Amino acid sequence: MSNQLPAIVLLLTLLAAPLCSMMRNGDHAWKLAVSSAWLSVVAAFALLQQVWGGYEISYHMGGWPPPWGIEVRIDELSALVLVLVTLFGSIVLSALRESLRPIMRSHRHSLYYTTFLLCMASLIGITITGDAFNVFVFLEISSLSTYALIARGRDRRALTASFRYLIMGTIGATFILIAIGFIYMVTGTLNMADLAERLPAHADNRVVQASFAFFTIGIALKVAVFPLHYWLPNSYTYAPKATTAFLAATATKVSLYVMIRFVFDVYGIEFSFQQMQLGLLLVPLSIAGFLIASLTAVFQNDVKRLLAWSSVAQLSYMVLGLGLLNIDGLTASITHMFNHAMIKAGLFLALAAMIYRVESSKLSDLAGIGRTMPYTTAAFVILGLGLIGVPLTAGFVSKWYLISAALEKDWLWLAVLLIASSLMAVVYIGKIIDAAYFKPVSASHAQVKEVPPIILIPCWTFALLTIYFGIDTRLSAGLAGRVAQTLLGVGS
Amino acid sequence: MTAPTLLLLCVLIPLLGGVFLALQGKSPNTRDTISLVTGVALFAAVLGLYPAVLAGESPLLILAEPIKGLPISLQVEPLGLLFATVASGLWILTTIYGMGYMRGNKETHQTRFFLCFAISIAAAMGIAFAGNLFTLFLFYEMLTICTYPLVTHKGNEDARRGGRIYLGILMFTSIGFLLFATLWTYNLAGTLDFRAGGILQDHVTPTTALILLTLFAFGTGKAALMPFHRWLPAAMVAPTPVSALLHAVAVVKAGVFTILKVTIYIFGIDLIAETGAGEIALWVATFTLTVASLVALTKNNLKARLAYSTIGQLSYVVVGAMLANAAGIIGATMQIAMHAMGKITLFFCAGAIYVATHKTDISDMRGLGYKMPFTFAAFFIGSISIIGLPPMGGSWAKWHLLLGSIEATQWIIVGALLLSSLLNIAYLIPVAARAFYMTPEQKAAPGPIAEAPMLCVVPLCITASGTLLLFIFGDALNHLVTLIPLRAELP
Repeated sequence: MSNQLPAIVLLLTLLAAPLCSMMRNGDHAWKLAVSSAWLSVVAAFALLQQVWGGYEISYHMGGWPPPWGIEVRIDELSALVLVLVTLFGSIVLSALRESLRPIMRSHRHSLYYTTFLLCMASLIGITITGDAFNVFVFLEISSLSTYALIARGRDRRALTASFRYLIMGTIGATFILIAIGFIYMVTGTLNMADLAERLPAHADNRVVQASFAFFTIGIALKVAVFPLHYWLPNSYTYAPKATTAFLAATATKVSLYVMIRFVFDVYGIEFSFQQMQLGLLLVPLSIAGFLIASLTAVFQNDVKRLLAWSSVAQLSYMVLGLGLLNIDGLTASITHMFNHAMIKAGLFLALAAMIYRVESSKLSDLAGIGRTMPYTTAAFVILGLGLIGVPLTAGFVSKWYLISAALEKDWLWLAVLLIASSLMAVVYIGKIIDAAYFKPVSASHAQVKEVPPIILIPCWTFALLTIYFGIDTRLSAGLAGRVAQTLLGVGS
Repeated sequence: MTAPTLLLLCVLIPLLGGVFLALQGKSPNTRDTISLVTGVALFAAVLGLYPAVLAGESPLLILAEPIKGLPISLQVEPLGLLFATVASGLWILTTIYGMGYMRGNKETHQTRFFLCFAISIAAAMGIAFAGNLFTLFLFYEMLTICTYPLVTHKGNEDARRGGRIYLGILMFTSIGFLLFATLWTYNLAGTLDFRAGGILQDHVTPTTALILLTLFAFGTGKAALMPFHRWLPAAMVAPTPVSALLHAVAVVKAGVFTILKVTIYIFGIDLIAETGAGEIALWVATFTLTVASLVALTKNNLKARLAYSTIGQLSYVVVGAMLANAAGIIGATMQIAMHAMGKITLFFCAGAIYVATHKTDISDMRGLGYKMPFTFAAFFIGSISIIGLPPMGGSWAKWHLLLGSIEATQWIIVGALLLSSLLNIAYLIPVAARAFYMTPEQKAAPGPIAEAPMLCVVPLCITASGTLLLFIFGDALNHLVTLIPLRAELP
């Protein structure tokens, strides 16, 4: 059984999805969805335990050996992303039922869970597959289900947001398909390990170089690297509440994972960074990205939009870490991928809880919410501190590595800019805290009550995890450090 | 009990006390009992560390290691022990005083008040016993955050504005400068451990050292160097026990303590003396101590005057640290203890006056000395100690600081210190003096003695006599201070 885990972790959610769609009763569908999702968490942790310490699992789908069959390949990095997707996805899913109630009639719920599970399954698929074409297929499934998830937002603008994302996302996916096609043309293989072996011989081939360019733009769209982040703020703002929590936690992070995988493993670090000078592209763009996005976040009055912009900034940190190309930078990138997924999922979930009661995410409507919904707001504040990067929260650890990476390059100015951006985070989180605790409760919201435990517990789970991973970092930074060494090819 | 266990207890006792406080019901008597027991237990734990330190050991306890090579660790050394003793000892008195004050003023949210207070003390203990700069930074931020609800305790517009300035400046300086300087240090030296003789030797050029130390000085916003001093007067909206313990002792001393730690254990005084890294901080501190005294002269609100006086007195410590010689360090360290004892007395008095008469302006206090003789006598004694005149403890600190600046041949600073002492006399003595001169109307109808509640008056008498004791037993303190390892021991 345990050697079939790589297939099981994917199949659990992939099979539960069609089953859900057949159920008329939303509650039953939810129970099925939640139990399959949590089982996949167990499987993910079991896999993580198997690869812990730098091992790899190679699993042949259907018993066909690669490069003919599809290979599933799990190393520490993919196991970490796997845990990220399944664990954070499951926590959000657990809170989803309550928060769907106001926006959808209950017999529709089962379809929503189906889409959710499909999205989760495809993200799992992207993470574990060792086949480049498979990555594209799963990426498409995840994109399609994401469009559907976003379009279910209550606000009509969700439709345009979703449509905009659809256009951008399709362009991105097409570019990735072209890139994969090109390298298949040159090497005749789609297996990623195989590609990694064959590509260096073709490093001077224009087709490979073009494929790299297509891939970079395509995946940058998906990761929302500045200035290709255009689709993100609106999608996050208008998507149904708790869904944003799931998307913010997983979708862009998995895309970032694909980016790391291809840039470092498939194309190879020498090709990407020395021949194609990827660093020269990523570093300035991400610096501009975090500065502009943080500054924009400061001036937002809708908390959802504010958090969406902050996501753009945080994603820029991760991309910056990649671009710096040293161990601390890459550690920061991977650690922050994990930490930020947790923090942002928690923040959006806590916000969803507030919207559940207040029915608005405007700062003015959230005035005094610290008094009417003390527990939700307290969780929000802890997570907000994590976002700023206050010590003893997870956010601090990743920021520390990132700034260390900048200092290691002797780029004092970059460290200064990073700190300036953190200070902007202090301002925009401070704005929310200020409204929540120090503005009087408006009369129309005086009757607001705390949300039921089924939403509150997931929020607090994220908040407590944020503190936990600020103190015990073996799973996040410890693993990330090892992965960074392997990716950069430095012996430990 | 072994020393590492005691170290852990020092941080845990106030935290646990706080939790018990939060859990128990609304009964003020139980709450005060818990507060008091916690305070005494903490003080005992701190005293329990003395044998080890006097024997020259420095026990270490590693709590966790979130970032490789950067553990969260606790370690005791003479300087930290001194700070811990001062903070925990005065906490007991403040708790007693707080009971009288909070009840006398019928303040609301008393449980939240005492809970935050307890956490603040835990943070102060963490700062005192931090084993490396990283741990110190953690507790430093914790102290900022958990004192914020105390500053905004009253919940009115004034309190909120004060709280915003408080949090804004302290957070801005600590993240903008202190964290940056810490990271930079780590990058240069590869460690953040506090080591005798410093860790930066051979890793910095004079220019880098100058920039770095200046960043540290300004980054430690709690030390209130100008122009980052505004939070201290703003924090005076807090209830007086908070101002007394936190903004005369724990918080501000945490600031100058951090600077001392950095100069002694991160840079090493030899490095500072060789490279002149302290130049900027030294002159800014000299400027601050002169100007703050001048501003204090113009303040009519008693707590505001005391706040500016605190700003000035803190800069004495920074000056002592930046002089980078043994006498300067001794003076600076003593100033931490002496000023704490003196200033808490003054704040206790200000609070007692408020409780008894609801007066906050100095101009309204004429003749009050006859109504509140103990309070104003204590105020007078505390003032003498702050100014630095014998026979009060403060004189030892000023004495060593003067010695240090003469040794460093900084004649301008010698002048500034003397001038500042004169200014101290000018803004402190009149407060007590005017209280004992009655207006003609008061003379006509002298009122009865009407002191604040006993719970307020007794602690301030104790601290006032404490300043005297510190003068008499200055030698014992001197012995502890000379145990601070200023240089790495030769192998």
